[in-house]
Amino acid sequence: MSHDHSLNPETMPHNPEKATLEGKNKFLGLWFFLGGETVLFASLFGTYLALKNSTADGPTSEELFGLELVFLMTMLLLTSSLTSVYAMYHMKNNDFKKMQLWLGITGLLGIAFLGCEIYEFYHYIHEYGFTFRSSAFGSAFYTLVGFHGGHVLFGLCWLSAIMIRNAKRGLNLYNAPKFNTFSLYWHFIDVVWVFIFTVVYLMGKVG
Amino acid sequence: MVNNTKTNDFHKQQNKEEMKKQLITFATMIIFTIIAFLIVGSGMMSKMLAIPLLLVLALVQVAFQFYYFMHMKDKGHEMVAVMIYGGVWAAVLTVAALSLIIWW
Repeated sequence: MSHDHSLNPETMPHNPEKATLEGKNKFLGLWFFLGGETVLFASLFGTYLALKNSTADGPTSEELFGLELVFLMTMLLLTSSLTSVYAMYHMKNNDFKKMQLWLGITGLLGIAFLGCEIYEFYHYIHEYGFTFRSSAFGSAFYTLVGFHGGHVLFGLCWLSAIMIRNAKRGLNLYNAPKFNTFSLYWHFIDVVWVFIFTVVYLMGKVG
Repeated sequence: MVNNTKTNDFHKQQNKEEMKKQLITFATMIIFTIIAFLIVGSGMMSKMLAIPLLLVLALVQVAFQFYYFMHMKDKGHEMVAVMIYGGVWAAVLTVAALSLIIWW
C-alpha cells in the first residue's frame, strides 16, 4: 500500500518525471539512446552527401524536390514539437486530461506528416520513376528520409501505446517518466528533420 | 496542506514563465525556417553563400530545440550534455570522413 501511495502522492512534486529513481534512469537512458541515434543518422547523412550526385542519368535533386510540400511537412512537425511541449506543461501541472489532449494533437500532426511523406514518395515513384533502385542517389535518399519516417511511425505507435495503456490510470509517478521520455524522443525526431529539410531538400534545391 | 498549495502556486507560476520562453522559442524556430525556405525559394543568393547560411540557420534551430524544448539549459543536464555531445562528436567525424572520401 505504501508503494501505491508513493506513486500517487496527494500533491505532485515539481518534476514528476524525475521524482523516482526509475524516472531518473529512464531520462538518462533515453539521452544515451539519442546520442547513439545521432551517430546513426550522421552515417546516413554522410552517405547521402557522398552519393547525392550519382544520379545514373535519372532525375536530380533539383528536378525532383518541391519546396511547398516540404515546407508544409516542416510546419507540421515543428508544430507537433510545440504541442508535445504543451503536453509536458500540463503533466507538470498534474492535469492528466489536458496532457492526453495535447498528446493526441501531437499524434494527429505526426500522422499528417507521415501522410505527406507517403504521398511524396508515391509521387516520386510514379511521376519520375525515381525508386530505391534507380540510382545511388535514390538509395541514399530513400534510406535517409525513410529511416526518419520510420522513426515517426515508431513514435506514433509508442505514443498510442502509452496513451491507451494509461488512459484509466491517470497521472502518477510511475507513468510520468514514460510520457516525458516519449516527448524527448519526439523532439529529437524534429531535430533530425531540421537537418533533413536543410541538407536534403534546401541544399538539394540550391544545387 | 496550506504550505503545499503555496508551493504549487509557485510551481504553476514557474511553469507559466517557462511556457512563455517555449513560445518565443517556437516563434523563433518558425521564423528561421521561413528565412531558410525564402533563401532557396527566391534564388537570390549564390550557392557559396546560401549553403553555409542554411547550415547556420539549422544549427541555431537545433540548439533551440535541445536547450529549450528538451530542457538542456536546466540544471542536472551535465550527463545529458556529455552523452549528446559525445554523439555529435562522433557524428561530425562520420560526416567529415564520408564526405572527404569523395572529395579527395
